[in-house]
Amino acid sequence: MVKEIERAGLPVVHLCTVTPISLTVGANRIVPTIAIPYPLGNPELSPEDEYKLRKGIVTKALEALTLEVEDQTVFE
Amino acid sequence: MKLELGYIDIKGIRFDDYNAIEDGVLVVDPDELVKPVLEDELIKSAHFEIATPGESIRITPVKDVIEPRVKVEGPGEIFPGMIAKVDTVGSGRTHVMRGMAVVTAGPIVGFQEGIIDMTGPGADYTPFSQLHNLVLVMEMEDSGASAHEYEKAARMAGLATAVRVGELARELEPDEIEVFETPTIAQSYSDELKDLPRVAYVMMLQSQGLLHDTYVYGVDVKRTLTTMLSATEVMDGAIVSGNCVSACDKNTTYHHLNNPVIQDLFKQHGKTLNFVGTIITNENVYLADKLRSSDWTAKLAGFLSLDAAIVSQEGFGNPDTDLILNCKKLEAQGIKTVIITDEYAGQDGKSQSLADADPAADAVVTGGNANQPIVLPPMDCVIGTLDYVDKIAGGHDGSLRPDGSIEAELQVITGATNEMGFNRLSAR
Amino acid sequence: MSKFRVVHYINQFFAQIGGEEKADIPPEKREGAVGPGLAFNKAFGDEAEVVSTIVCGDSWFNENLEEAKNTILDMIREEKPDIFIAGPAFNAGRYGVACGSITEAVKTELGIPAVTGMYIENPGADMFREKVYIIETKNSAADMRKAAPKMAKLALKLAKGEEVGASAEDDYIPNGIRKNFFEKKRGSQRAVDMLLAKINGKPYTTEYPMPDFDRVDPQPAIKDLSKVTIALVTSGGIVPKGNPDHIESSSATKFGEYDITGVDDLTADGYETAHGGYDPVYANEDADRVVPVDVMREFEREGVIGKLHNKFYSTTGNGTAVASSKKFAEEIAKRLIADEVDAVLLTST
Repeated sequence: MVKEIERAGLPVVHLCTVTPISLTVGANRIVPTIAIPYPLGNPELSPEDEYKLRKGIVTKALEALTLEVEDQTVFE
Repeated sequence: MKLELGYIDIKGIRFDDYNAIEDGVLVVDPDELVKPVLEDELIKSAHFEIATPGESIRITPVKDVIEPRVKVEGPGEIFPGMIAKVDTVGSGRTHVMRGMAVVTAGPIVGFQEGIIDMTGPGADYTPFSQLHNLVLVMEMEDSGASAHEYEKAARMAGLATAVRVGELARELEPDEIEVFETPTIAQSYSDELKDLPRVAYVMMLQSQGLLHDTYVYGVDVKRTLTTMLSATEVMDGAIVSGNCVSACDKNTTYHHLNNPVIQDLFKQHGKTLNFVGTIITNENVYLADKLRSSDWTAKLAGFLSLDAAIVSQEGFGNPDTDLILNCKKLEAQGIKTVIITDEYAGQDGKSQSLADADPAADAVVTGGNANQPIVLPPMDCVIGTLDYVDKIAGGHDGSLRPDGSIEAELQVITGATNEMGFNRLSAR
Repeated sequence: MSKFRVVHYINQFFAQIGGEEKADIPPEKREGAVGPGLAFNKAFGDEAEVVSTIVCGDSWFNENLEEAKNTILDMIREEKPDIFIAGPAFNAGRYGVACGSITEAVKTELGIPAVTGMYIENPGADMFREKVYIIETKNSAADMRKAAPKMAKLALKLAKGEEVGASAEDDYIPNGIRKNFFEKKRGSQRAVDMLLAKINGKPYTTEYPMPDFDRVDPQPAIKDLSKVTIALVTSGGIVPKGNPDHIESSSATKFGEYDITGVDDLTADGYETAHGGYDPVYANEDADRVVPVDVMREFEREGVIGKLHNKFYSTTGNGTAVASSKKFAEEIAKRLIADEVDAVLLTST
């Protein structure tokens, strides 16, 4: 999916846990996430801390959008 | 065009002091048959030998393989423009000496001729191990003539010998008769055919120069535009090999006469498809030629209102680009295309197989990986000479081992990875 | 001769421990064959026997990759097996990745003949096809009866040191190594057969797939985030409660488009997941864990981004054919561009 949206002309950041799959399917901007059932959260944290965690990942994803990449890049 | 092929099955060859076919055995007088060959002043020496399937015999360096045929009815003679005068062939009746071939052998360019083993593992890879072979071994004069002149002398000697042998089948009653008929454009819209998908065969012919040449009615194909002919003309020798190129995927004259794509399309003609034409195109060395020839392939395919096409290649490397261009331009017109090629994936099979590629080429038949290493055990008898084994394309320094065995790539075996789909060999 | 000793790796589902809710169980070892192991024992006949089965939850494996590998390798080492088999994973993505990872580790670190099996579109297939032998299976466990004998046959060949044939002969997913073999029909006949199939829209398999050039050049970066509209897309299956579009939990045939005008947070009352491939509890508790609407709204208010697009798009990734997801993405992209969206955050589970 990532590839087709990017092909259509929109920059995409792929947020996912299993980044090797993302590399295989051809995403260009990749941001690793927490876990498969909760990529952007962690039920063990307090709601406040969990929100902070999510905000951090989304911030990283937005930053990735502002950076030029030439090849597939994982933003660790 | 309608052509009847009458097959005379040849079950053996022997030498005697006369020429005849007796109970399916070809009897030849080698001294008489060699005389016209020796009239060419470039040929220093020549003689015949016989190789029978299953014998411990290695033939090398092999130049061409030719099936003897004779025209019994209809205009023209076999190999028009080359041996016979120019006249349109492909109709009437032709007798075929099935189960045998005239094989030309001897050093010409040295590194670009092949090997035929009549037994052992190598025999599995060449269709010619299954034939009774009358081998014409030639040696060229050291007169300083060019390789081109030698190639021509050897080519003509082989074709002329095959014609002389074929003449012996003129009066015989065939063991089997097959009829092939190609439609005109109007006939291709007859009631029986009009609802079937319109299919053509696009035959790519090696035309790189430097002795990588093919002739159609005597014309050097590198000097032609893409054109069309009737598939039956090919059966009468309209196309002959002038090739000294990697043995595994060059089309010998035998391949042209027995073109398997033509045979298999005819088998489906009028049943599942409508075999409306044969397009022949070249594989030249200039990009402009490649672009022009593939444009014309697509143009002629358009004139024929094709639904689908099979494209066969000859050789490898830059012709891969011609193959992909033809495929792309046909597919771009909505013509469903299957291509037949072979692969150079390295000895380990890990490299990219073709020099060019395109997503449009989504239906590929492969004749196998020509780089596959193979060891050919020593044979009791060598027809020709082993002097060139180390230099042959697919061989390497040390290919010929002291015990007479050969360690090389499949590339050295004549017809091993044929791109007309002559063999069962494939790769995945 | 005594039988070859086989160790078999399976996930929590095939061990009949449970589905997604048990995907987080750590590795454990059981004596003898479990579940599909019985089919393998049948296929091995007198030649080999499953002596031990290792079970691990798919999520646990993928989230603790190194630890999982090491623990499982230790378990395998203790058994001194002659053969290792994993799966088959069919079309289960995380199971496929686990099978590929552990098979590769066994092959390279223990030097034991190892074979796994999965569906060609399993992400594990692309990741590991060039590293280990992966028998090609169909996309569901109904294929077990056919898959097990193929895996057993290749595993026995490896254990006996016999030469492995071409992928088409020994039923493994092409591993990037071209290998010659003799087909039943000559090439021209195969070409005519392939052409007829292509003409008639029937399936056919090219003998040489063109090398995959299908990479898309990255789009240029966004210069000023505060001026752009960003959309959220997910393959995690987040939908309004009740799944109004009936997005399938697996092998989706459609995607959903959902208006979030005025929505600041994807609450448990309003949203859930339709995805059948991962434990849905956490996404159902708070769908922002998959589609971060809450954070994006904050950034919108603060002016970090220009605007959060008022619609999000959702489908389920698991088991969905590549061709379908491609089609979805093309349509989603068309709508996003029509709505003047500038960039996309795509989340996967």
